Amino acid sequence: MFRNITLGQYYPADSVLHRMDPRTKLLATLLYIIALFIANNPVAIALVLSCLVVVILISKVPFSFMVRGLRGIVMLVVIAGIFNLFLTPGETLWHWSIFTITLEGLRSAILMTVRMVFLIIGTSIMTLTTTPNQLTDGLETGLHFLTYIKVPVHEIAMMMSIALRFIPILIDETDKIMKAQMARGASFDTGNLIQRAKSMVPLLVPLFVSAFRRAYDLALAMEARCYNGGEGRTKMKPLKYHMRDGVAYLCLAGFFAGVKRSARMRTDSDRNLSAEADPNPARKTRERVLI
Amino acid sequence: MSLIFDHVTYTYSAGTAYEKKALDDVNLKIEDGEFIGIIGHTGSGKSTLVQHMNGLLKATEGHIYYQGEDIYDSSYDLRDLRTQVGMVFQYPEHQLFETTVFEDVCFGPRNQGLDEKTVALRAYEAIEAVGLPQECCDSSPFELSGGQKRRAAIAGVLAMKPAVLILDEPTAGLDPAGRNEILNLIKDMHEKKGNTIILVSHSMEDVANYVDRIVVIDKGRPKYDGTPKEVFRHYKELEEIGLAAPEVTYVMHDLKKAGFPVRGDVTTVDEARDEILAALSKLQNQGQI
Amino acid sequence: MQEHKNIIEAIGLSHEYIQRDEENNVQSITTAVDHVDLDVWPGQFISILGHNGSGKSTLAKHLNALLTPTDGTLLVDGRDASAPENILPIRKTAGMVFQNPDNQIIASVVEEDVGFGPENIGVPTDEIWERVERSLKGVGMWEYRSHSPNKLSGGQKQRVAIAGVLAMEPKCIIMDEPTAMLDPDGRKEVIAAAHELNKKKGITIILITHYMEEVVGSDYVYVMDKGKVIMRGQPRDIFSQVDLLQKHRLDVPQVTLLAHELRQAGVDIPAGILTRQELVEALRMVAGE
Repeated sequence: MFRNITLGQYYPADSVLHRMDPRTKLLATLLYIIALFIANNPVAIALVLSCLVVVILISKVPFSFMVRGLRGIVMLVVIAGIFNLFLTPGETLWHWSIFTITLEGLRSAILMTVRMVFLIIGTSIMTLTTTPNQLTDGLETGLHFLTYIKVPVHEIAMMMSIALRFIPILIDETDKIMKAQMARGASFDTGNLIQRAKSMVPLLVPLFVSAFRRAYDLALAMEARCYNGGEGRTKMKPLKYHMRDGVAYLCLAGFFAGVKRSARMRTDSDRNLSAEADPNPARKTRERVLI
Repeated sequence: MSLIFDHVTYTYSAGTAYEKKALDDVNLKIEDGEFIGIIGHTGSGKSTLVQHMNGLLKATEGHIYYQGEDIYDSSYDLRDLRTQVGMVFQYPEHQLFETTVFEDVCFGPRNQGLDEKTVALRAYEAIEAVGLPQECCDSSPFELSGGQKRRAAIAGVLAMKPAVLILDEPTAGLDPAGRNEILNLIKDMHEKKGNTIILVSHSMEDVANYVDRIVVIDKGRPKYDGTPKEVFRHYKELEEIGLAAPEVTYVMHDLKKAGFPVRGDVTTVDEARDEILAALSKLQNQGQI
Repeated sequence: MQEHKNIIEAIGLSHEYIQRDEENNVQSITTAVDHVDLDVWPGQFISILGHNGSGKSTLAKHLNALLTPTDGTLLVDGRDASAPENILPIRKTAGMVFQNPDNQIIASVVEEDVGFGPENIGVPTDEIWERVERSLKGVGMWEYRSHSPNKLSGGQKQRVAIAGVLAMEPKCIIMDEPTAMLDPDGRKEVIAAAHELNKKKGITIILITHYMEEVVGSDYVYVMDKGKVIMRGQPRDIFSQVDLLQKHRLDVPQVTLLAHELRQAGVDIPAGILTRQELVEALRMVAGE
């Protein structure tokens, strides 16, 4: 029943994106998210969309895989969309009893939904094309400067990669324990909230016991293989920038500048429209960009 | 009567790239009071098969009848079925969760909605039946040894007094003595109470000594079905699907080839000994003549 | 010349687990390993037999310096295992494979897991790749190098774990019940891989197990119970003492048991028969007389 989770899962394929340095991909994802929130008009969104489509095609990951990641957040997007649609004050478009849809509401609902969907698809491209280990390697190297302020970057990265390795195992285990308890007459989906919370005990206790046992075993196995923290370690797959990363950074800069420009275009036209009403247009523009 | 599989098919992740038929048009009839071994290598579908018997998995096609009733009828109570068809999973000790062994064993009967007195009585009976010492009742299940944990977990299912008891690899990870103890325990229980027992295993030698009937599962369907003797006659074909007959069966076949007057369809050590002794004395008599 | 230098030498090795209560008073002392003497020469294939809880796993953890002896001495490749500065060199010399295949694979890709050990001991990148390739080929898992361990069978996972140890180029590999959680196919796979490493690369293997069939091919066997070594010798000597083994909660392979029973019934065949061929041959001799 948990087998459908794909967010954070690697899809093996041979593409430029798969071979790209994880640091490039991480930075690109960060810039992409920022760009998404700067993009506030159809032109900018269209630009983001076209870049997204290109990246999806380059990645060689079936589109259905990315969409599967969306399933988990559909409800969230719908609820947020509804809130935006009905609760944004502004120019009324449609009105019935207590429900009012405004132009601003419609616009922000659409924008919000598009942003959420693009966000999930964009980030899942990164996780689908990067093995969890490369990802943590990328974080470890990318955030190495934090060690100077005593942040245990290596240890955190190691913990993350182990967590990623054990998530599918623990999901399987949850499934097994659930079945075993159901065979003893337990039910996990009846009763009120308190009863349901109580019915989780027979599931959670064995799950924790097993997680601790695995953690103990794993610690022993790591020690037995001479693991001794990050010091003096070499890398099997050290991160090295290649030509493709340089090209990617150039494209990225172009993309970001493009989005920023088309977003500004809109605010410029906005400013022209509202210049007469607003005595301080410059400040307003700044606010919009920040939003 | 009892448990009938009627053209049962089960497909994992239907409609996706991972689609896999775990069960393929299975027809099977299990009578009341039988002691059956279900054998297959990992991935043959044997675990999937038994998880259908108490409704934990629902067939994509076909019907299952328990005591003449279709368990997929909308009015059929699956929770009630699970109390009648008890299931001990592989590594059952991983399901223990209560603070004491006694409380843990009570979990099943309590879910059946029995009154506290009956629950306690059943728990004591079950703990005794699996041969755990009474002083274990109040200790934490996590303090027990590996073999004891497994017994405690089996007691948790026995306390529900199931008419059919399914055990999925009940001896996995146990040492030889622990394995024999658990298997003897199951056999005793079967002899005393006459309930149906379904033993899932990939160990031929374990199964041959205990069960009356063996069902070999391969690629999601029963391949051989019969007494151990009948099934192990196909020892060559069994090897091809990743299984093997008990070692003694091979010995007897080797002897037969070497010209000894012995039968090939021998499945236990005791039988093999008697057969060889008989053959040797026969040879000696011939030699004397 | 140090021609017969032992790779592992234990003299009076003991380990006590001390349980303390909240006030730090000693509650109980369990002697898990009790004055054990071991001599292992380079290139040998050694088995340590014992039922669950016999102390064999505790002993194994000493050989890799995961535990330090509370009494006695242990030398691994000439280094004293009690000295803290020897811990890392010992772990490099004597690698360890554990029971649960899932709980010892660290990375999400096979080749990265094999590279984990060499990374830890600071091997340069190019050499890591060479070692990973050699190790994966050594256990026949090279074509699975870019797979996720979750998609492999139990036997394959254990072979990856062995490759992970192999990549550290140890002189000796300790396998702590590597087959206890596997099906028969997986067990055969792992034992075959161990023998191959022993024969082709001359790596000393110490196999800890409770499956008697796995012991048959070893050079020397230790049998443990209650922390003590109770029997030691070649497999044939050990298996000829069927009654003593059964007293210590162990079994013998079916063929050996059959031979033993025939001997007891007065058939004149040698003690300690290990394989089918041997038994058939011996019976032919008897019949031919």
